[in-house]
Parts: sequence; structure tokens; C-alpha cells
Amino acid sequence: MSGIPHDHYEPKTNPEKWMHRRLPIVGLIYDTIMIPTPKNLNWMWIWGIVLFFCLVLQIVTGIVLAMHYTADVNHAFASVEHIMRNVNGGHMLRYLHQNGAMLFFFAVYLHMFRSMYYGSYKAPREITWIIGMLIYLAMMATAFMGYVLPWGQMSFWGATVITGLFGAIPGIGDTLQTWLLGGPAVDNAALTRFFTLHYLLPFVILGLSIVHVWAFHTTGNNNPTGVEVRRTSREEADKDTLPFWPYFVIKDLFALAIILAIFWALIGFMPNFLGHTDNYIEANPLVTPPEIVPEWYFLPFYAILRAFTSDVWIVIAVNWLTFGIVDATFFGVLAMFGSIFVWALLPWLDTSSVRSGRYRPMFKIWFWLFIVNFVVLTWAGAMPAEGIYTNIALIGTTYWFAYFLVIMPLLGVLEKPLPQPATIEEDFKASLKSDKDGGPKGPAADPIPAE
Amino acid sequence: MRPEHLLQPRTHMKGRMLVSHSDDNDATRRDFIYYATAGAGVVVTGAAVWPLVHQMNPTADVQALSSIFVDVGGLEPGGQLTVNFLGKPVFLRRRTLEEIEAGRAVALSDLSIDRDSRNPNKPGTDASDANRTMDDAGEWLVMTGVCTHLGCVPLGNGAGDFGGWFCPCHGSHYDTAGRIRRGPAPENMHIPVARFVDETTVQLG
Repeated sequence: MSGIPHDHYEPKTNPEKWMHRRLPIVGLIYDTIMIPTPKNLNWMWIWGIVLFFCLVLQIVTGIVLAMHYTADVNHAFASVEHIMRNVNGGHMLRYLHQNGAMLFFFAVYLHMFRSMYYGSYKAPREITWIIGMLIYLAMMATAFMGYVLPWGQMSFWGATVITGLFGAIPGIGDTLQTWLLGGPAVDNAALTRFFTLHYLLPFVILGLSIVHVWAFHTTGNNNPTGVEVRRTSREEADKDTLPFWPYFVIKDLFALAIILAIFWALIGFMPNFLGHTDNYIEANPLVTPPEIVPEWYFLPFYAILRAFTSDVWIVIAVNWLTFGIVDATFFGVLAMFGSIFVWALLPWLDTSSVRSGRYRPMFKIWFWLFIVNFVVLTWAGAMPAEGIYTNIALIGTTYWFAYFLVIMPLLGVLEKPLPQPATIEEDFKASLKSDKDGGPKGPAADPIPAE
Repeated sequence: MRPEHLLQPRTHMKGRMLVSHSDDNDATRRDFIYYATAGAGVVVTGAAVWPLVHQMNPTADVQALSSIFVDVGGLEPGGQLTVNFLGKPVFLRRRTLEEIEAGRAVALSDLSIDRDSRNPNKPGTDASDANRTMDDAGEWLVMTGVCTHLGCVPLGNGAGDFGGWFCPCHGSHYDTAGRIRRGPAPENMHIPVARFVDETTVQLG
């Protein structure tokens, strides 16, 4: 499948042959889990499995929660409390679902940062990257609509603000917002459709995830060196890779176990730590909470949205140039969606021919600054939209766009990359050697192949 | 089974047609069938999709425009009623003398963000204090209590830097006439269709 030479499923017994002739599903599964995987993958390559686990967790807990939830403005809030108090183990299921969404986003951000650092989005993996961005968008839509369902104050006002984003589009905005909400304001019509879509979208994500995996199984995994697996002969490919099963499955499960230990501690001891207390107050259309903040995983984009007020010079300039069509609100909306759009365009904005950030000395600095900036924007998004915080958000937003639109295109031209290893095997052996130098014991350079 | 095999005669014929411009009935008839099928397909798809899109628009009961009557007889100066009208709060405020003076003291040139009254009862007027209020004395201010930024309900009773309303979501400041003075909101707070039906009753809508 990946173009990397490896062994394929051969049916041996008669029942296997009978099946394979009619539906080659065993062969499909075999070739998928036996995919040759670069042996030098580091611990940042575990997030894919964590994400897959999160998706399954959310679907499973979501389905059972839906059995007890009522999507009606008069009953929604009470039905969630009913889940918390009356349903057997309901509080656990709900906390798992609520915090599961957070683990999902935590993992997806690290997964994306990994791809950014090691250049996993570069040719020929652009489609994998784009599908990943589509999954990310679907995740955001799903999470947003799911947050509305408990019908608390943050649910209601979050929904008002986010659908207001569409209302800010000049001309069609009001019609579009009314269409999305099914009325002039967030009400029952909005709640029922959000519930329907919240149930539907995870399955869209599942479908996209399969395409995502299919895409990188076609190109082969990237790896920390960014050097391609040798495909010229089976022998060379075997020196660069190990089969996904059992080597990487065990490694990934080990990492998952550690992450789940922390996750369970969070759920067991502080399940509401990352949530907002105002969402335990039932939605009231006549009272806005003193401060509306989205869940933490949306905060960087929330900061970008709020950064542009009508006194910022670029807003004034654009407003004047477009004869008042693009006002401060719409500018903020464009900036927020634009920040994700430029992220998706990364494969075409990065002009460097070197994949891995390991061999790009200048890129490293800008990349880590991007990460710091991401954290700063998260923090700024949680602060009130006043005084110094909007200025910080504005600086952070500027860096965000500069990173994608200026720094990434220029670095490819300006930077002098470091020498890269010729093969993955070379890098792998070097890493073993350095392990040996550091400690008394290290694995043998040539591992004994498993049966 | 093999689409490229099926396609071949057609591309071949099309090539011939381009060269000869002859009355190749076969090709033109086939082209017509293609266009007719594609056209019918588009129409049928549209007809199937439209009801699915349209069902998300407001339902008949939501659409049924309502009028409500609000008794404001109990309001003292400085008092405010908030009523739910079409799913949104409407502020009915009986302003104090200070608030009226503060509102009238603002020159139009100070309104840097929006100079439209946003008042359907006085369409096309500028945002002077007199054009925002219901009565000539400027005592009654009735407006939809929704921030024009992203739809939050601003806090009232002299909140914000201009003595009027302050939106807690993204920090928009409105003055005593509900006009946007500072912050991300692009417009003054909107005024609903409203009139006094008698001394103490306001009709909204």
C-alpha cells in the first residue's frame, strides 16, 4: 500500500482462501497494521493513537449520554442534572465525555505541532495535512455544538456569540444567522439542530480519519529526520523500518496508558477544573454572564477574534478601503477564520526543501516562538477584553499571521540548513550510539526480529 | 467494467465532429442527451436540496410576528424594564435628568463609530440624542438590549466609561443614549419599532 516493499497477506488455509476470494478484508487489515514504519519515530508520534482513542471514547460515551438527554429548552438543563444525579454512573460518563473533549483537543494540538516541527505536511503529504485540518474544523464544530447542549449560561451565550460571527458577514449575515438558529435568537430550534449535528459530525470525523490514515499509508510515515524510507529494495526498506504491529502498537499503548493515568486523575479528583462554573446556571436570555469565555481549546482564536477593535489602525484602513463594508466585527471574524485558513495552507507557504526542523537552525527559533505565542494567545483569550490584554492579543495575532505569511516563505530562501543523515538507518544507529555513550546499557544496534 | 473503453468512441467522434463540422446527427443527438440529463440532474438535485435547506429557516410559529404591550407606569426616573421580545431583551428606560443632559451634550462629531440613529421609528436620521428617544423630552429610551458586536446583553445602570451600558463580552461601551462610543461593536444599539399607545403603555412591534 505504501510503496515501501513489505510482505503482504497470503491466505494459507482453505477457509482463508475462500474468504479472500470473496472479501479481502483480512488482507486489508493485515496490510494496514503491518505497514512499515520508520524505526526512528520518537514520542511525538503517539498522538495519532491517542486521538483515535479519544474519538472512540467520545462516540461511545456520547451515545449512552444521548439515551438520557432531552434536547428541549425546558428540559435540557434538568436532563443533564438528571444524568449527573440519577443515571447509574451518569456523572462518570458525563465527566468522561466533557473532559474527553479536552484531551481530544490537547492531543490534536500536539499532533499538529509535531507535524509543523518535523515538516510532516510537506510533499507528498499535503493531502494528509489538509484532511487533518478538515478533521480539526469538524472537531471544533462538534465541540462547540456539544457545549450548547447542557443549556447553561455559557452554552447559551457562547452559542449567541459564535452564531453572531456569521451574522457579522455583510449583506447575507442576518439571513444566514437566522437560518442557522431557526429564529431571531438562540432558542429551541437551535438546540435541537445542534443536538442532531453534534451526534452526526463525529461519524464524519471518523470517515475523515480513515481517509487521513489511508493518505499517510500511501505516502508512508514521516519521521524525525524527514528523510524518506528507502524503497529501492526490500532489504534496504527493512533496515529503515519496522512493522507497525507489534513494535509501534506496544509503544503507543504504553504512552496511552501514561496519558490515561493523568486523564483519570483529572476526572476522578478535579472533573470541573477546566470547565466554567457559569455553565451550572441555567441559560437565561435576558442576562449575560459577567464574562463570556469559551472552553480553553478555543481561547487562542477567541483572542484573535477580540483583538480587532475599531480603534486599531488596520481596521480603520480596511474599513475605509472597503467603503465601510468590513467593520471591526467582520474584520475580527475574518481574522479568526483566516488564522485557521493560513494554517491549512502551510504546505504551500513553507518554501524550505528540508522537511525536519531538526536541520533548520533558524526555523527552530521561529517555531518555538510560535508555540509560546500560542500559549500567550490562549492566556490572552481568557483575560477580559480590556486594556493591555487586547494589545497582547493584537501582537500575538500579528505574529501568528507573520509566521505563516512572511517567515515561512522567507526562511526557505534565507536559511542555511544543517546536513541531514543519508538514511533513517544511519539516524537510528546514531541515536543508539548516543544512548550507549550516556548510560551503561543500550539496546543492540540490530534488534532481533520478532516472530 | 472498463470506463476508458466506453469513453473512447465518444472522444473519437467528438474529434471527428470538430474537424468536419458535418451534420453528424449521432454526435449532436448524444450531446443533447448529455446536456438534457445534466440539466435535469441539476434541477432535481436543487429541488431535493432546497426543502432540506429551507426547513432550517424559522418555523411558522417563530415567524408569526408578535406585538407586545408593556406597562411602564411603574417606572421612576432612573428605572428600567427588561422584557423579552422575539427572543431578545428590550430595555425600556426612563432616563434621569443627568442622563438626558449627558446624552444631549454629546456632539455628533464625538460619535466616531456610528452616526446613524438606528431607529426605525425615525428612519434615516442621525444619532443625536433626540433621534434615539421616544418622546421630545428625551425621557424614554427604548432599545433592543443586544450588543451590536456579537449579541450579548450589555450591563446597564450607568455601566461603562460613558455612563450608559457596557458589554461584558468584548468590552463595548455605550453612552446614556445607547450609542456605541468605544470597543469592537460597529453600531449603536438598535431601537425596535415602538410607540406609546397611551400614557403608560408601550407597544413593541
